[in-house]
Amino acid sequence: MPRNNTDTAVIPPVRPGAGAPGKPRKPKAEGAASRLWKASPLTFVTLIAAAIVSFFPFYWMVVIASRTNDAIGSVPPPLTPGGNLFDNIGRVLDNENAAFVTGLTNSLIISTVVTVAVVFFSSLAGFAFAKLRFRGQNAMLLIILATMMVPVQLGLIPLYQMMVKFGWQNQLQAVIVPSLVSAWGVFMMRQYVSQTVPDELIEASRVDGASTWRIYWSIVMPALRPAAAVLGLFIFMQTWNDFLWPLTVLQDPANPTVQISLRSLNQAYYTDYSQVFAGTALATVPLAIVFILFGRQIISGIMEGAVKA
Amino acid sequence: MTTNTADRTRRGRPAHHAQPPRPRKARGNFGTRLDLKTSPYLYVAPFFVIFLIFQLYPLVYTFWVSLHNQPLGGEGEFVGADNFTALMKDEQFWNSVYNTLGIFVVSTIPQLLIGLYLANALNRKLRGRGFFRMTMAVPIITSTAAVAIIFGQLYNRDFGLANWVLGWFGVESIDWRATKWASWIAISTMVDWRWTGYNTLIYLASMQSIPKDLYESAALDGASARRQFWQITVPMLRPTIIFTVIISTIGGLQLFAEPLMFSSGSGNYTGGTLRQYQTVTMYLFENMFTRFNLGYAATVAWALFLLIVIVAFINYLLTRRIGSAK
Repeated sequence: MPRNNTDTAVIPPVRPGAGAPGKPRKPKAEGAASRLWKASPLTFVTLIAAAIVSFFPFYWMVVIASRTNDAIGSVPPPLTPGGNLFDNIGRVLDNENAAFVTGLTNSLIISTVVTVAVVFFSSLAGFAFAKLRFRGQNAMLLIILATMMVPVQLGLIPLYQMMVKFGWQNQLQAVIVPSLVSAWGVFMMRQYVSQTVPDELIEASRVDGASTWRIYWSIVMPALRPAAAVLGLFIFMQTWNDFLWPLTVLQDPANPTVQISLRSLNQAYYTDYSQVFAGTALATVPLAIVFILFGRQIISGIMEGAVKA
Repeated sequence: MTTNTADRTRRGRPAHHAQPPRPRKARGNFGTRLDLKTSPYLYVAPFFVIFLIFQLYPLVYTFWVSLHNQPLGGEGEFVGADNFTALMKDEQFWNSVYNTLGIFVVSTIPQLLIGLYLANALNRKLRGRGFFRMTMAVPIITSTAAVAIIFGQLYNRDFGLANWVLGWFGVESIDWRATKWASWIAISTMVDWRWTGYNTLIYLASMQSIPKDLYESAALDGASARRQFWQITVPMLRPTIIFTVIISTIGGLQLFAEPLMFSSGSGNYTGGTLRQYQTVTMYLFENMFTRFNLGYAATVAWALFLLIVIVAFINYLLTRRIGSAK
C-alpha cells in the first residue's frame, strides 16, 4: 500500500487557505510567535485528561466484564479487572436469548459483503462520473448528492414493506442488499478520481487502443487504492455498528446481527452487568483490531473529511 | 521508456498496420464506439439500479404511505392529509421533538466547543502528537449500542460510577432516568464521548492549513494567544465549523440507539415511563412496531426530515456569522 497519506484527500472539506502546513518557520519570527506554538503544561494536562476520558469506557468495559456480578454493587466500585472474563464470555456465548455466535457470524458476513460491494460499485460509478461523458450525468449526480443529506429514517417504512413483500424479513439479504451501494461512496470516489487521474492519461491510453474496462482496471483502480482503503474501512465500521435497520428488519432474535444480540442481552439481562459487558467487549473487539491495524488510515480519513457522521 | 513501447507493440497495436487494414479497422471502430457509448451506463448501472430500488424509491414512497391509514401488513386506506393534521395536535409527538432538540442542544454545543479547544491544543509542537490524535479517534470504533450499555451502567442510580463520583462533592444520588434534565445530560455525554474527537480531528486538519504568517504578524503586534484564537483561528475555521454544525444537526436529530438502550430492561420505544427521553425516531418506531400504524409512522418520518432541514438551515444562518459580525 502506498504510503502517501497526504494524497488520501477524498472529499476535500471546505478549508480556509491552502498553505503548506509543514512549512519551515522563518528564523526571523523566532520569539513571541514560536513560543505560542509550544505546548504549555496546561495543554499537556488537558490532552492527557482527554485521553483518559477516551479510554476509560473501554477500560471500564473490561473491568466489569472480568468481574463477578456481585462485585459491581460494592462500594467503592471495583477499579481493576478481575479474573472472570472467560467465564463471563462463556456465559454470553451460551446464552440462547442473545444468539451471540450467530450475531457475530452474521455481522462478519454482512460487513464483508457490503464493504467489498460498496468499494467496487463506488469505484466503477465514481470513475464513470469523473471521466466518462454520458447523457443524464449531471442529473444523476445531483440526485445522488441530494439523497446524501436525507436521513435514513425517511425511507425506512417503504423499505420495510418491500422486505415484507419479498419475504426477506429476518434474513441477511434484507440487511445486505439495500446497503450494497452507497451514494456517499460514489461521490467520494468521483472526487478522488477527478483529482488524481489526469484526463491526458486517459486520452493517451484511448489513442493506444485501450478499452474503457482496461483503463478502469489498469489506470484508475491502482490510483484509487488509498481512497478505496479508507472507504472500505469506514463502510466496514459503519456496517458492523449499524443498529437502526437491522433492528427494523431482523425482528427474530434467533437471527440477529451482533448489535441486535447486544440489545437482546441488555434487555433481558440488564441486571447481569458482567455478562452484558462481556458481550459488549466481544462486539467491540473486531473493530478494535481494525483500529490497531489501520488506525492511521482511519485518522487521516477523518481529517480529510471522508467520514459520514 | 523503451520497454514500455516494446510492451505496447507486443500487445498487438502493430496489428493495425500489419494486416489488411480495411475490414479490421471498421470492426475495431465499431467496437470502440460501442465501448464509448455503452460503458458509462454499464459502469453506473449496478449502482443506480440498487440505489433507485432500495434507496431513492423508499424515500419518495414514504410520502405516499403517509397519506394512508396503513396498518402493518395490511391494505392501506387513503386518508389524505389526516395523518398530518393529527400529528400537529399530537402531544406525544411534540414531546419527542422537544426531547430531541433538548438533547441536541445539550450535546452539540459543548461537543463543538470542546472539539475546538482540543484541536487548538493539538495544533502545537508537542511530544506524543500521534498518540493524542489516536486517542481522539478511538471512541469512533464503538457502536452506539455498546456506548449506551457502558454509559447506562455508569449512570446507574444505585451503584453507578457517576453518582459515586458526585458523592465526593456531596451531591445526592441522582436517578438519571427519572427526569428530563438528568436523562438528557446522561444521553448527551454518550453522544459527546463518541463524537467530540471526530470533530476535534476535523478542526485540527483545518487549523493546520491556516497560514502561520498570520499568527506571526499578529504575535509581533502583541496579540495574546487567546486573542489570536478568537480573531484568527475561529474566523478562518468558519467553513469547517459550518460543516461540523450541519453534520451534527443531521446526526443529532436522528438520535435513536442511545436513548433506546438507556431505558434498561423494558427497552421499549417510549423513552422512560413518562417519555422523558423519547426522541422523534423512537416515536417513529413506537408507531411502527407498538401501534402498527405505518401511515402515521411515515408522517413522523416526514416531520423528522422537515425538522432536520429547518434546524440545519437555522444553524447555517447562525454559524455563517461567526467572525464576520465584528
